[in-house]
Amino acid sequence: MTAKLRVKVWRGSAVGAFSTYEVPRQGSQTVLDVVTHVQRHLEPSLSYRFACRVGMCGSCAMTVNGKARWTCRTHVAKVVAEGDELEIAPLANLPVIKDLATDMSEFFDKWARAKGSFKGSKTRHDDFARVAPSSPERVTASAGIECIGCAACYSSCDVVTWRPDYLGPAALNRAWTLVNDVRDVERTSRLGAVAGDAGCHSCHTQGSCTERCPKQLSPTLAIAGLKRTVAKAAVRGLL
Amino acid sequence: MNVAAVAQARRWYWQRVSAMVLALCVLVHLGVLIYAVRGGLTAAAILSRTRGNWGFAAFYTVFVIACAVHVPVGLANIAREWWRLGERPALWLGRGFSVVLLWAGLRAVYAVVA
Repeated sequence: MTAKLRVKVWRGSAVGAFSTYEVPRQGSQTVLDVVTHVQRHLEPSLSYRFACRVGMCGSCAMTVNGKARWTCRTHVAKVVAEGDELEIAPLANLPVIKDLATDMSEFFDKWARAKGSFKGSKTRHDDFARVAPSSPERVTASAGIECIGCAACYSSCDVVTWRPDYLGPAALNRAWTLVNDVRDVERTSRLGAVAGDAGCHSCHTQGSCTERCPKQLSPTLAIAGLKRTVAKAAVRGLL
Repeated sequence: MNVAAVAQARRWYWQRVSAMVLALCVLVHLGVLIYAVRGGLTAAAILSRTRGNWGFAAFYTVFVIACAVHVPVGLANIAREWWRLGERPALWLGRGFSVVLLWAGLRAVYAVVA
């Protein structure tokens, strides 16, 4: 293990360049630790985003050596072989505000467009809905529910690059969890929202989202489920 | 009703159904091909088997139709994503190519059967 790590960090916005820094190498060092060292000791004007540091909030995703990763849970040793450089860039498919911080408005606006919010029919005066943990709908919803909204999938999706209006894996994954939520009352309008030209049928099932998801979710599977459900609804005239 | 969404969902449905037909057709096609060419095969030998063979004609007519249904959907997607065509031009390009496939494919089937 070398004592210093050479790190190339993106500086600028859409136009910019990589700056190289040398960071002391430490055991169990994460990529976020490296970025934080650069900002605190070498480049105080470096902009980046993080919050929880423990893989819960989804705010620290960046492009690390060409792949979208959550930096707080990515050990340097996992991505850099001995003597190699580390290259840290902002997430792809999102406008860069400055350095490593991207504008995620469009990413979250697409969750809203995919009707990613729950709408139930009960009030606080009603009894709790009872959903059996082993029911197929609950099992399917549970498979995608742990998304932290880090946008690693969105950043890795070629279809988002080709069709900027495509809703993307995260929003569609969210929609699929709600389609399987038996308490939700907006199933049909949600299926309509995710069926459009920029919706689930644009997915090519390449699986980059699933490969890069740090939570090991499978948006590919969720989108395939939406395709089947939407197609059935369309053929039956329910959309 | 979301007309565009329904149309796209239907296109996907037909692409999927035609893919299932194509998967079967390709397997039968390759199987027969490998079986038939053991020890060499001439054009005359092929024609002697296909002329007047209406089973052969029916199988390859289904094959051609499945291609003509399947290909335009994917081609329209490629045209939109890689060549930046709008939705309508991309769909018309797909339909046009589908007609070419149908014409060329059915003509070939007719040529070896009739």
